[in-house]
Amino acid sequence: MFENEENKKSIQDKLATIKYNCDDKAHLVVNQKKCELCKEKTCTFICPANVYSVDKDTQEIVVQYENCLECGACRIACTKNSIEWKYPSSGCGVIYKNS
Amino acid sequence: MSIEFNADVIVIGAGPAGISAALEVARGGKKVVLLERAKYPGSKNMYGGAVYTSALQEIFKDDFDSIPYERVINTHSWVFLNDTGSFELTYKNDEAKAALAIKRFNLEAWMIEIAKKQGVYYAPNTLVKKLIHQDGAVIGVETELEQYYAPIVILADGVNSILARDIGLKDEYISEDVIISVKETLKLDKKTIEERFNLKEDLSNGINKQYFGNQIGALKGTKNLFMMSYLYTFKDTVMIGVGANLEDLSKNRLNINDVLDEVKKHPDIAPLIKDAQRTEYSAHLIPEGGYKKMPKLVSDGVIIAGDAAGFVNSVHFEGTNFALISGKLAGEAALFALNNNDFSEGSLSIYRKKLEKSFILKDLYSYRNIITRLKERSDSIENYYPQKIKELFEIITSANCISKSSQIKKYIKEFLTKRKFLELIKDMNMVFRSILDILLGK
Repeated sequence: MFENEENKKSIQDKLATIKYNCDDKAHLVVNQKKCELCKEKTCTFICPANVYSVDKDTQEIVVQYENCLECGACRIACTKNSIEWKYPSSGCGVIYKNS
Repeated sequence: MSIEFNADVIVIGAGPAGISAALEVARGGKKVVLLERAKYPGSKNMYGGAVYTSALQEIFKDDFDSIPYERVINTHSWVFLNDTGSFELTYKNDEAKAALAIKRFNLEAWMIEIAKKQGVYYAPNTLVKKLIHQDGAVIGVETELEQYYAPIVILADGVNSILARDIGLKDEYISEDVIISVKETLKLDKKTIEERFNLKEDLSNGINKQYFGNQIGALKGTKNLFMMSYLYTFKDTVMIGVGANLEDLSKNRLNINDVLDEVKKHPDIAPLIKDAQRTEYSAHLIPEGGYKKMPKLVSDGVIIAGDAAGFVNSVHFEGTNFALISGKLAGEAALFALNNNDFSEGSLSIYRKKLEKSFILKDLYSYRNIITRLKERSDSIENYYPQKIKELFEIITSANCISKSSQIKKYIKEFLTKRKFLELIKDMNMVFRSILDILLGK
């Protein structure tokens, strides 16, 4: 419904307040073959950290796992069961100190 | 193969459920290891903003006075938002101490220190990759570095509980059964908060507001969106957040952060958070399936507690109390099994019996249909009634040179005829059946 640049920027600004201990390997992996057939592409608008976007050139799903808040919404909302969702490695990922 | 056990019980997840489970086992004189994937306890956790004292006092009675809370929450408001204003009901009791505003980073750290002093072996930075089985029973865990063995494993690994799904105790959620919530922590000075919210300086009172109504700002016209917003006052921060049903968001192609931005702009809310500095943004899921979607709570060598078991009552914003008490009961069940040297599902099923005797399964049972019913009637709750309340109060509060009698008669006539009468019947049915469920209980 919103899905415009202003809304994406709102999330970007908010993510800037969060501390992360960045994992060097992706804990979220999508199956691009399934994604190619997906019309809804729910992941691209549902994620509260905007982790998923469509690459303009390749049309593949880009996963910015570094921004993940580890909530799990993408995995459940995905209509194609295309997201392999794990936790980041020990000690890695989001660090909430004020929530 | 005979296994050498490293501990009597392994608990996975150092949230309220896991810590209280581990404490119960340690207090029973058994060796317990508490594993946590995060570096700092509580740093993966997020909630509305207040923890209930009765459950905490039951578990941490000797240390309760040292809890690092920020404000006592004892003013509760239920606010119905419409496009230009609101209708608000407030209950205030300055003497009450039923809930405390405390950040999870501080709450979990406090609980962990107590647990460690009482014999819990705490291992942070430890992600469990999978559970180890032997002859169908869980006998240990595999972390990134090593294997730990214990005859009982307690899963308190939160709403996403990958491990419970892996071993088939729990089905994956469907999006209608979860709420996604995002929240912002907003810094203001202490004095400003006290002035804006009419609070005392000694932190002995604070406010929780729950907001209903989705016809606000750019969301106007949105249908089938079940959402609830909330606000909590802390010492020098205000927490403002919103939770919405994941299926409703998907169907409306909405991001929960967009919903939060509209909530923050509402004329009722914007002045409360004016000039505040954002210090954190956080997101979390809430399991809403309740009694009907409860996982299998025990199996050979394993018990599930807290959010992992779906123990929340989101109608009343309760979750930490369910986690603390279900963890304690899981610990009691583990001690029972250890004393009888029987770790089978049959032996551990005493956990379910304990839950049934406690408020946990009683409340989950009596509220088993309520969320579904609220969700079915979301357009009534979020749109129709907030609008009708507005119309009624416009009549009451404006002297517009038309007789009150004719205005109220017109209002009642429209109330009964303008919308399909069946809708009113459905709303009344929802209310009465829900009240009946709660009264009948279990």
